[in-house]
Amino acid sequence: MPLVNIIIDGVKTQVSSDSTILDAARKVNINIPTLCHLELHNKETVNRVASCRICVVEVEGRRNLAPACSTKVQNGMVIRTHSPRVIKSRRVLMQLLLSNHPKDCLNCYASGNCDLQTLSNDMHTDSNRFEGAHSDFMVETSSESIVRDLNKCIRCRRCETACNDMQTVGVLSGVGRGFDMVVGPAFHAPLEKTQCVFCGQCVKVCPTGALMGKSHVEEVWNAINDPEKVVVVQTAPAVRAALGEEFGMEPGKCVTGRMVTGLRRLGFNHVFDTNFAADLTIVEEATEFIHRLKHGGRLPMLTSCCPAWVKFFEHQFQDLLDVPSTCKSPHEMFGAITKTYWAEKMKIDPAKIVVVSIMPCLSKKYEASRKELSSSGHQDVDYVLSTRELGRMLREAGVDFQSLPDGEFDNPLGFSSGGADIFAVSGGVCEAALRMAAEVISGKELDSVDFEEVRGTKGLRHAHVEIAGMEVNVAIACGLGHARRLLEEVRAGKSHYHLIEIMACPGGCICGGGQPFVDSREEIEVMKKRAQAIYAEDAGKEIRSSHKNPYIQELYKEFLGEAYGEKAHKLLHTGYTSREKL
Amino acid sequence: MGGAGGAIETMELTRMQTEETSDQAKIRELDAFIQSLGLDGRDAAGRRAVLIQILHRAQGLFGWLPEEVQKHISAKLDLHVSEVYGVVSFYHFFKTKPSGRHVIDFCTGTACFVRGIGKVIEQVEAQTGTKLGETSGDGRFTLGSLRCVGACSLAPVLQVDGKTYGRVTPEQVEAILAEYK
Amino acid sequence: MTKLATGVAFAEFADAVKAAEATAPKTRIFVGMSTCGVASGAGPVYDAIAAELAASGNPAIEVVRAGCVGLCYAEPTVEVQVPGRPVVTLGGVTPARGRELVKELAVAAEPAKPLSVGDAIFKKQLRIALRNCGRIDPEKIEDYIRNGGYVQLAKILDGMKPEEVIATVKASGLRGRGGAGFTTGLKWEYARAAAAAPKYIVCNADEGDPGAFMDRSVLEGDPHSVLEAMTVAGYAIGARYGYIYCRAEYPLAVKRLEVAIAQSRALGLLGENILGSGFAFDLEIKLGAGAFVCGEETALIHSIEGKRGEPTVKPPFPAESGLWGKSTTVNNVETLACIQPILEKGAAWFKAIGTPKCAGTKVFALAGDVKNVGLAEVPMGTTIREVLEEIGGGSRDGRPLKAVQTGGPSGGCIPAEKFDTPIEYDTLGALGSIMGSGGLIVMGQKTSMVKIAHYYMEFSCDESCGKCTPCRVGNRRLYEILERILAGKGKPEDLPKLEELGNVIKDTALCGLGQTSPNPVLSTLRWFRSEYEDCIKNGGVKPPVYTVNDKCIGCRACAKACPVQCIEGALKKKHVIDQSKCIHCGACETKCRFGAIDSE
Repeated sequence: MPLVNIIIDGVKTQVSSDSTILDAARKVNINIPTLCHLELHNKETVNRVASCRICVVEVEGRRNLAPACSTKVQNGMVIRTHSPRVIKSRRVLMQLLLSNHPKDCLNCYASGNCDLQTLSNDMHTDSNRFEGAHSDFMVETSSESIVRDLNKCIRCRRCETACNDMQTVGVLSGVGRGFDMVVGPAFHAPLEKTQCVFCGQCVKVCPTGALMGKSHVEEVWNAINDPEKVVVVQTAPAVRAALGEEFGMEPGKCVTGRMVTGLRRLGFNHVFDTNFAADLTIVEEATEFIHRLKHGGRLPMLTSCCPAWVKFFEHQFQDLLDVPSTCKSPHEMFGAITKTYWAEKMKIDPAKIVVVSIMPCLSKKYEASRKELSSSGHQDVDYVLSTRELGRMLREAGVDFQSLPDGEFDNPLGFSSGGADIFAVSGGVCEAALRMAAEVISGKELDSVDFEEVRGTKGLRHAHVEIAGMEVNVAIACGLGHARRLLEEVRAGKSHYHLIEIMACPGGCICGGGQPFVDSREEIEVMKKRAQAIYAEDAGKEIRSSHKNPYIQELYKEFLGEAYGEKAHKLLHTGYTSREKL
Repeated sequence: MGGAGGAIETMELTRMQTEETSDQAKIRELDAFIQSLGLDGRDAAGRRAVLIQILHRAQGLFGWLPEEVQKHISAKLDLHVSEVYGVVSFYHFFKTKPSGRHVIDFCTGTACFVRGIGKVIEQVEAQTGTKLGETSGDGRFTLGSLRCVGACSLAPVLQVDGKTYGRVTPEQVEAILAEYK
Repeated sequence: MTKLATGVAFAEFADAVKAAEATAPKTRIFVGMSTCGVASGAGPVYDAIAAELAASGNPAIEVVRAGCVGLCYAEPTVEVQVPGRPVVTLGGVTPARGRELVKELAVAAEPAKPLSVGDAIFKKQLRIALRNCGRIDPEKIEDYIRNGGYVQLAKILDGMKPEEVIATVKASGLRGRGGAGFTTGLKWEYARAAAAAPKYIVCNADEGDPGAFMDRSVLEGDPHSVLEAMTVAGYAIGARYGYIYCRAEYPLAVKRLEVAIAQSRALGLLGENILGSGFAFDLEIKLGAGAFVCGEETALIHSIEGKRGEPTVKPPFPAESGLWGKSTTVNNVETLACIQPILEKGAAWFKAIGTPKCAGTKVFALAGDVKNVGLAEVPMGTTIREVLEEIGGGSRDGRPLKAVQTGGPSGGCIPAEKFDTPIEYDTLGALGSIMGSGGLIVMGQKTSMVKIAHYYMEFSCDESCGKCTPCRVGNRRLYEILERILAGKGKPEDLPKLEELGNVIKDTALCGLGQTSPNPVLSTLRWFRSEYEDCIKNGGVKPPVYTVNDKCIGCRACAKACPVQCIEGALKKKHVIDQSKCIHCGACETKCRFGAIDSE
């Protein structure tokens, strides 16, 4: 692209001719405020609706103000980003947005993470200048995962872009028009009734508190404080790589030990690790994979540990319900084992056990409520808290997180291999499965368990792996838009893959919908840092393959019997239902 | 006693069955129309391009666009229901509620405004006990509005079931309504 | 009809059509059967004339279902064209008068009782876009061809280069008649220069301004002029496909377009290898669905694509990236209707009409407090006064006019003292209004300008797509402030607030419609500020004061209508209204058939 010369706020600079004014300003460290603008994953997903108009700037010779986010630079352009005309307009625009926004920041879950609040503070403008009609929507709480308070919506359409362009879930659309225009599902249906997969990417990109994760903090406090209950907590692999950020720590720092101590301080009776169940998942899933390979089963096999992904294909690929692995997700396996094996071992009435999962995810909340996930005779998992909710609980309890001493998980359900750690990153489940499958099929130990070829941050990746002279084709998708492409190949009978790993969120669970909020501009960097932290955990483990986890081996010996066997099937596997497209 | 109730029930059942079959016939007609558009092999953009056309046809058949019809169209075009609804809810021409037996539309163009359509609307609202945009309790009238119908010389103008009444005064309202039972 | 395979075949066909007319000239009775004509009862008039003709068996007279001549106030209208004589217009025709007319024409060369005012109205006018409206049967392609239709297309296809066509249109100075006034030839040039195929040409027939109906008249009265122009444009810019995006509220226009398209296809004037030239062009009609914003070209494009009609940021302009990301040229109906005459009579002829900056004519739709409601096509540069007073006949009540709104909801109110302004894009802009599509809503002394602003803001709120903040929320707030002022709850500081907000919306809204939506408020504040101030001071709009004038014949009708019995007066004596009891309901004025009640 050729370069053009422009002047922004008196600063002469040269930028590529395909830059927007916003790009150019950022290059010279001028921050033009934005609300609706969104660029994710190296511009793979862009919300450039230019609707909020907050980024307007003055361009010499132009009749009206120009939206910086969507106006391309031209040679010789003279731009003023904070002239009196610009500032006045921006203030009025902010006053207009605030005139239809509840001013109850103190009650708002998004307070402190709200772009509208931040910008309004920076402008310090009169939020009551324009009076008039307000949006008047019921707060929508139908689902276990996401709460929608459209009264706080500023119609930036970022959620719509995330839902449709990035995820291709297609639940959200602009609805109605004019002052009453809003973003929502067809027929204003409650999310629970729609094909929403609760990936929470919409929550991540919402600049206000219009979309929030549903909180279960209160229920968990009540369980902890109930002397009749034995409250067991498990933590997903991705949580430890991001929880520190809730306390101002740099991204990319694993805080496993502090997290364990913090959980004990909150009063959980037993602190276990979902990683243990991740190892268990691998043993089941790899065995199922080998079984399908050897017995001419349905290929490719798709992983099934992401509940958003599972719900996605149940709605949109109803003809492919036999393709995914039947393995439950790790935290569900954990719940089933806790309320059977562990309860027996500890001689605790499973009815008294409360299993709480700390997850990087909002969809896990919905998953825990799926009725069929109750093979233990009780709902396998009782409550799910997101990483953000755990941060909130710890702060509420006055835990000085940064200075906590490291703690150790309880056993037997707290020990894990490196193969479990990497569940947190896109490609990790596939890699962990390959670590086991390769050794089982070849009957030989791997020289190196690092399958570098399946790692990376790209949304769609594929690799060929040789196992005992057999070519195994694997594909990895993170982000449901990418997953859709792989599924359409499968549907068309054109897929040459044997194993496909799918995670609904770009980057995998480390960037899940329940993780600490990140400025979208830093998303990729943070994703990389969190992934590095996870791979470091894995590399630091003595045992790196799931099937070598001695506690897992003991679990099979003492309780489950054969992997992929009858008891395992009953407790650890599930089936899929076709669901309405809405 | 039971006999009369039974008869009413039978009538009700027959009515429902006829409605059912007439709805099915409408769906069949809609499908035939969609078929005639030759959508095989078209990509999403190509299928989307006929969405509004199909919605017009569906509304012509059903009188409005029930949720089930919108879902049916979305399945036929392989577009998300949310997208179809997003379009339906954007365009005022598309109705998402069934209408009464008679539809009264007021022209809200400037000429009609200047010539006093407001008082006519008030009068119709009072006599039908119905607000603009709603259907009367007895299902007799639905009150709606139209953008300028371009008959400005006849202002103020209203239409009942498509028939145009020009230079309407509040006094004439009663007589006009009486034409429609 | 047989397909005309070559230019020669077309010439022979056209000659035959004209020859038939020359050998057996006919007296034609044109019944204005556009939407408003039909609504006024033109159907029975046509039937009566046709029945009478059938009964009389007179082969020299023909009755034609024609479009609209624009004399809406006199509907149903009938025009009579006796060979070799000027056209005579009749207004307020009844079926009985229609039957009479047939009998008259059998013996006399001219009908009796012509519409006297018709002449005066036509004298000021110059009909280019409306040239055929009301004078041909829009459902007969032969009528269009007899008047020179498709001859230009045939000529172009016979060897004119696309660049030459563009040069002619550019030299004519024709500017877009849809609102903004962009030079049409330049638009075509950009589209021609755009790289990849396919390209599209779109006719914007989504005439949404309330009170504007010139496009409907062209579509209903002369649909082939649009088809021919689109085909010419397709040839010029290199497009093989076109769309006509028409309002769903115009069913008759759609029907006539469908008929016209079918006829053109049948004659081979649309389709593959038109007249053997190798050039292929076809088009289809896309129906709107009730969204004013779809008149904005990017919104219109999204609507054709089957999406919500939300505008997107320009640039990129449609010429670069329009329908499905391809180069798309959007022209309005009236613009296209000027193409054939420009090609026929030459760029210089067109350029000489109007003013140096604005060539040609403009069609205006007169409505509101004006005597002669209807369409008027006048050269650019005609003054507002000439249009309102000479063609429009002034106010209904005979008192001086107060203001006129040009450009619909995107335009502004121009006060009477500026009526001598010649009409051009720039002059109207300088007055805080716009040309827009050409709607002229005339306001008499009684009209409250605050109410007018309120009406337009209600319209803009209702029609806002809701995408951008200034239009979605800002217009709503403007509307609410006006509502408070009208309800008597206004504060003096509301006026600068209205201005500030209006100017920010102008400066920051996403699309052209949003940017112009505060114009009615800003222009009325500029020219009629005192009305706002009075409203705030008096606690709302002053209710009208009704008085009885000398036209009163003492019929007691008003007294009976008065709900509070405040009208006194004996039968056949002039009545008096007791102002102390009057509740200003206006029932008396509505009831009076003699114009004897004044309101102030």
